[in-house]
Amino acid sequence: MSKMNVVKLKVPVSQEDVDKLEQGDIVYLTGTIYTAREGVYKKVLESGEKLPVDIRSISNVNFHCSPAASPNEQGGYDVGAVTATASFRFGKWMKQWFEVSGAKIIIGKGGMPEQAYRDVFVPNGARYLSTVGYGAGALLGRGIKQVKDVHWLAENGIAQAMWIFEVDEIGPFIVDNDREGNSLFVKHENAVNAKLEKLYEGLKPPALKRYGETTSRADEVIGEPDTQPIRIVNAMPTERSKD
Amino acid sequence: MSRKPIPQQLVLETATELMSRAAIDIPPDYKKALQAAASKETEDLSCFVIKTMLDNYDVAEEDRRPMCADTGLPRFYVKAGNEAVVEGGFIALEHAIRESVAIGTQQIPLRPNRVHPLTRKDNNNNLGIHAPEIEYTFEPGGDWIDLVTVHKGGLFGTDYRMLFPGDGIDGIKRFFLDTMASFGRRGLACQPAIIGIGLGGNKDTCMRIGKEAACLRVVGDVNPDPDVAKLEQELKDLGNNIGMGPMGFEGKTLVVDCHVEVAYTHTGGMPMSIHSFCHSSRRAAARIHSDGRVEFRDDPQWFTDFYRREGIE
Ligand code: SF4
Repeated sequence: MSKMNVVKLKVPVSQEDVDKLEQGDIVYLTGTIYTAREGVYKKVLESGEKLPVDIRSISNVNFHCSPAASPNEQGGYDVGAVTATASFRFGKWMKQWFEVSGAKIIIGKGGMPEQAYRDVFVPNGARYLSTVGYGAGALLGRGIKQVKDVHWLAENGIAQAMWIFEVDEIGPFIVDNDREGNSLFVKHENAVNAKLEKLYEGLKPPALKRYGETTSRADEVIGEPDTQPIRIVNAMPTERSKD
Repeated sequence: MSRKPIPQQLVLETATELMSRAAIDIPPDYKKALQAAASKETEDLSCFVIKTMLDNYDVAEEDRRPMCADTGLPRFYVKAGNEAVVEGGFIALEHAIRESVAIGTQQIPLRPNRVHPLTRKDNNNNLGIHAPEIEYTFEPGGDWIDLVTVHKGGLFGTDYRMLFPGDGIDGIKRFFLDTMASFGRRGLACQPAIIGIGLGGNKDTCMRIGKEAACLRVVGDVNPDPDVAKLEQELKDLGNNIGMGPMGFEGKTLVVDCHVEVAYTHTGGMPMSIHSFCHSSRRAAARIHSDGRVEFRDDPQWFTDFYRREGIE
């Protein structure tokens, strides 16, 4: 763990700070961040509604999450735990969202495709931070000092409202994309995949194949005949087991 | 024999306490296993993620806040001693359990996760049709009732497949690898996880025992059948040899433990189910005695010799 590079940033983040981030850096944020996901994106980017606040002047960090928030006695909201939601579903809105919001950092779960990093994030000088775990909800919840504001709560509900949080060293987050748009997740996936085939070596093919195990839908789903000595039951008739 | 009924109110209080323990306090067996994994993990990123999870458990306990914002789907397991009597009967017991879920949702608070599958209607209390699930089993002799709650999270990492006898151990391993490798990507299964495997039965039994194996057996517990125990170890090693750790990063820590449960099945088939109990492995158990004593404990002790019996007795 000592080998991890930890970076603490103030929000709104400066382009200079963002550009210095390296893939795999561990980031903590202090300042104001907001949540926006499909509910907000649809309103603004598809229905053309005006943002309820000038988000550019407030923050440039967009968190893909829905908080476990409940109303408190002071008429505000308490946030217990926060967990990010999977970001890849929001890819189609990101290009326009960067233009509208001026966001420089997107925080979420699981990263986005490298294509999106190259085509949309790089031109905007934006970076993607992934939450860690992903179930580190209590830790992130502690980083939220105060709910500063909430918009579209009645129309969108708790999960899809636009929450504005004041945060103090909220994190940790991991930087996924480098300056060229390469993804840390993809790098690790490739490394895992390279070794995966070896584990299957020597395992005999399934008696009954399923879609997904074959690349062509036209393939016969019935696999090789059983090679095991269990022959008492004609579990899955195959060409050869008829004789 | 005097049968002293267990008061409904005591069931309610115990169940409500279990709700918050499950949501907030990580079970010690899981935490210890994760600490051990952290010291063995050689990949920096995987190690960092595990340590962050350990920090998260501490914060949850200190602040009394849920360990994960997705507070899962609360469900209950009830084991009743054969001599146990509940005031108001089992209808009253279910009433108390359902009420504890509504109270817990509000007080802890939990995310109201339960919705109607089509209309997405949310009662905002984690109650609904067949929600929470309540499963029963019985044990000879006792006049107590065991209550266990599990707040299972995770939309990923669970699968079922009908294998055939000819598939043998190879088929089991293949399905295991398919599931682990695909759901582990980008950490969708929120691994490291306790993996439960159901083998045999019919489809519903296969799913049930697999899920119980994941959620109700503590880390380190070994199936008493040596053949099954051997398979548990093999699958655990296989999973940790994939080379994938938490969040899909390179690592050795995918499977915290693997528990296999078997049920007698159709002679032509070998159904198999796989369940991942994510790193918010939320479970809590208590025994309510007829004299009003309540003992909280870490091990649900769900799988007993009696529960796994083979013959008539
Ligand atoms: S799978 Fe578990 S740890 Fe991950 S988000 Fe869901 S409840 Fe939390």
